[in-house]
Parts: sequence; C-alpha cells; structure tokens
Amino acid sequence: MEIIRVSDVYYEYENPDEPADMAVKGVSLTVQKGEWLSIIGHNGSGKSTLVKLLNGLFLPKSGAVLVDNIDTRDEQRIWDVRQKVGMIFQNPDNQMVATIVEEDVAFGLENLGVPPQEIQRRVYQALKAVGMTQYAASAPHMLSGGQKQRVAIAGVLAMKPDVILMDEPTAMLDPSGRREVMDTVQRLHEEEGMTVVLITHFMEEALRGDRVIVMEKGQTVMEGEPAQVFSQVERLKDIGLDVPPMTELAHRLRAHGIDVHGAPMNVEEMVEELCRLKQEN
Amino acid sequence: MLKDITLGQFFPGNSAVHRMDPRVKLMLMVVYIALVFLVKGFLGYAILAAFIAGTAFLSRIKPKFLLRSVKPVLFIVVMTFVLNIFFYRGEELLFQWWIIRVYKEGIRFAVFMALRLVFLLVGTSLLTLTTSPMALTDALERLLKPLNAIRFPVHEMAMMMTIALRFIPTLLEETDKIIKAQTARGADFDTGNLLQRAKAMVPLLVPLFVSAFRRADELAMAMEARCYHGGTNRTRMKQLHVTGIDYAGIAVVAVTTGLVLLERLL
Repeated sequence: MEIIRVSDVYYEYENPDEPADMAVKGVSLTVQKGEWLSIIGHNGSGKSTLVKLLNGLFLPKSGAVLVDNIDTRDEQRIWDVRQKVGMIFQNPDNQMVATIVEEDVAFGLENLGVPPQEIQRRVYQALKAVGMTQYAASAPHMLSGGQKQRVAIAGVLAMKPDVILMDEPTAMLDPSGRREVMDTVQRLHEEEGMTVVLITHFMEEALRGDRVIVMEKGQTVMEGEPAQVFSQVERLKDIGLDVPPMTELAHRLRAHGIDVHGAPMNVEEMVEELCRLKQEN
Repeated sequence: MLKDITLGQFFPGNSAVHRMDPRVKLMLMVVYIALVFLVKGFLGYAILAAFIAGTAFLSRIKPKFLLRSVKPVLFIVVMTFVLNIFFYRGEELLFQWWIIRVYKEGIRFAVFMALRLVFLLVGTSLLTLTTSPMALTDALERLLKPLNAIRFPVHEMAMMMTIALRFIPTLLEETDKIIKAQTARGADFDTGNLLQRAKAMVPLLVPLFVSAFRRADELAMAMEARCYHGGTNRTRMKQLHVTGIDYAGIAVVAVTTGLVLLERLL
C-alpha cells in the first residue's frame, strides 16, 4: 500500500541567497507502507528540499505531493499530514523545545490537543520504544548527541505517525551515537513495521534500507535495491558519491578478471563470496 | 564544566514546599511582598522572620543558600542604609558633625529599609529555590490566561520563556567553544582597558548571534513539523492540582497576614 505519492514535483527557493541547484526539478516517487527508502546524493542535490516537501514544510510549485491521499497544499488538513509524517532533523539541539525530556516528547501531542492522561501514556511508550525511559526527567543538554536524537525520535513516535522522515539524522554525531540512532531506527522498522525515509550521505546507512534513490541536480537519477544501485560503481563515482568499500573492492576485482557475483555490502558477504570462488576453482 | 550549570537557582527536592502548586506559590509570594511593605515595627519583622524560617525549614533549603541571594545586592542594601541615616530629618538629634546630622528616627528608618530589602530578597529566592523555572513559566501562563481577553499573547510569552530557558545551556556551551576557537587564533579577551575588552567581544558576539539566528530558524521549522500552531486547542501533559499542602500553605500565609495586620493596628 502506498503512503506517499510524489508526482512530477517542482520546487525552487524564492530567496536569491539559496543556490538554485538545491531546487527539486520534476521528481516522481512513491513510498510504500512499511518500507525503508534511503535517499542519497551529494550536497546541493536537492535531497533535503525533497524531504521537506513530503510533510508540507515546503509546498510544490507544480506537481503534487499526496500523503495518505491528502494533498499537502490542503491548508485544512496540513496538521493531519504532519501527524502522519513525522520528521527528524540533522541538528539534535535545534529540534528540542522543552527543558525536560518527557515534556519535549509530549510537545507534539500537546499541539494535537490529546488529553493529558493519554499524553502521559504515549510519552512513556515512546520513550520505552527508543530505550530512554530512565532519562525522562533529565535536561536535554545533559544528554549525548545520540541520546538527543533518540528523544527526537520518541517525540515523533508519540504522535503515532505512518512515516518517519529523517534528514541526515546522524551527520552531527560521533560513530557510537550514529550506531545508536541507526540501530534504534532499524529496530523500529523491523519490529514495529515503521515506514522510514532516510536521507543520508553515509553509504553504509543507505545499505540498511529496502530501496535506494540517488539524486543529482534536483532529479532522481538512480533507483532500486541497495545491491542493484551500489553495483553501478562507475556511475555513482561520476555523480560524486562514495561507494561502500566492499562494493568497490568487488568492482576492482572484477576489473582484474575475478568474477565476483552480485554486490557484497560488508566484509562477511565478501568473505563468503571469495570462499565460494576459491572452491569453484 | 559548563554542563553543570543549573538554570536559575532552582534546588531540586521533594519537600512540602517543593510539591506545592506553583500557581499557589506565586500568588502567596505576591501576598508576602505586600506584607513586607505593610510591616510597621520590629514585632512585624519578627513575625515575617518566623514565617520565612519556618518555610525554609520545611523546604530543607540550607540558610546559607537563602542568604546567598542577598550577596549580589549587598551593596544596594548598605547604600540604602547609609543614605537613609544621613538624609532622614527627624526630631531627636543624636549626632552632628559639619553638615552631617544623624537623627534617632533616621536610624530606625534606615534599619527598616534595609530589613525590607533583605526580606524581599530572601522571600523571593525561597520561591525560586523551590520552584523550577519551567514550573514558574507554566504557572505564569495559567495565571495570566484571563489577559487573553485583551489580546495579550500569554501563551506566546510563556513559549518564548521556555525556549529561552531551553537554549541558555546550549548557547553557553557554544560561547565556550567560540572563546576557545578565537583564543587559539590569538584573540585576547582578558587584558586591556574596558574599551579594548569590549572591542575584543566583537569576534565572540558576531558568530554567536549568527548561530543563534540559524538555530531559531531550524527550531521554528522543527516546531512546525511537530504541528505547533500557537496556543489554540493545545493541551498540556502536566496538569496542576491544588492539594492539601497548598491549602495548608494558604492557611499559614493567612495567619501571618492576620498577625502582621494586627501588629500594624496596635
């Protein structure tokens, strides 16, 4: 079942300070319920702009974005759209409003006018889902970056969204915080069936998804399963993107006449593939 | 190091005073301030002192912390005292030298004024020591709600205060970072006269302001993404309830008020 449909959307910044190459030029895509879609592309490819179109923070200049069949331009139902499509931003500090963790998680629910008892129940559930219950009464500035992002995820989860949009949620985190956040998202995706749209420039994060879209100059240029997309090493490099190391190794081995099948994504898969080849010979 | 800072001077605890409804505490504080100005004689101050001592004892706040609130304004207290001694013109002359005349009434008045300031400071700091800034903001928003009728943006003011409180530690941390970065590049914040030091602040303030504006922009977008649309139809997770402790507090203040009024009449 499709939850988001983007059809032939154009968007450009009216502010002359914003570079024109951050615009979105004729993008069409769908997001299916329960899938994990990763969007990659280098800086200025329009991927951040695209994701802000998905929950009505930006409205398309032409074309349309439908969330659960609601047009994001429908002013009457914009709050429905934003409840259905929650968003996590890059900077963990700049998306927390309250001085206490549990109150920050409650912020969205308070805006929706949910009754107090129900808010308390849902806040506790959401904090539990991201493993942050013991920090419920802490101040945000006492938390690590990874913990702050988990609180932000809890704040979105509490609103019971259909989709979680994430705009480079790990870009400002250290490696352990990055793992912490990605593991949380993966668990929500696998166990709760949460639909995830992840923008990232870390290829290993994109690998975790079901589908990858590559953007360049405001357009989608490649689309498919991670293995499919990452096997096209030359093309990705032309666009200016890094390729996961093992995928690149496979590509180089093939260039030297060693017939590595598929696109191994991590060391284990590579070892398996090489052992298979060794047995064959 | 900067992470240890507490917001305001709130001293977390679970005493009866801490657990009182912040709205009730705020209103009782207004009554207390009025009492401080109503007091006429030393007996009245003794009554107020007993009230403050009792509340402080219940709140388990150390007297040291209470008196600390007087320290930053000690200069003003002393100045008030000294000026009142020298400029008050009474009848009973105690001391005269050159143009300085000290009257008995002057000393009495000066002592009262100083006591009045001290009682104001200690009383209000008892409120801020036992009530978190968040709770105070919340109480203020709810108490001022009737002002919505004259289009005073109560909710927006409270939201601004909350956000300011939330970002104080964040901006402090950032200031610390910028100071280090600029020092590493040879900036000097500690030497020179007042003007030179003020000038040295420019490379600190400019990046701080730029980043604060960027943060504000991003925060606004994050708030919109979480369906923030002002105070209309908004509910709150934390409900405030007036409980037995609050009635007890109101009773204590009522008795104190009665005693002070009695003292004034006698």
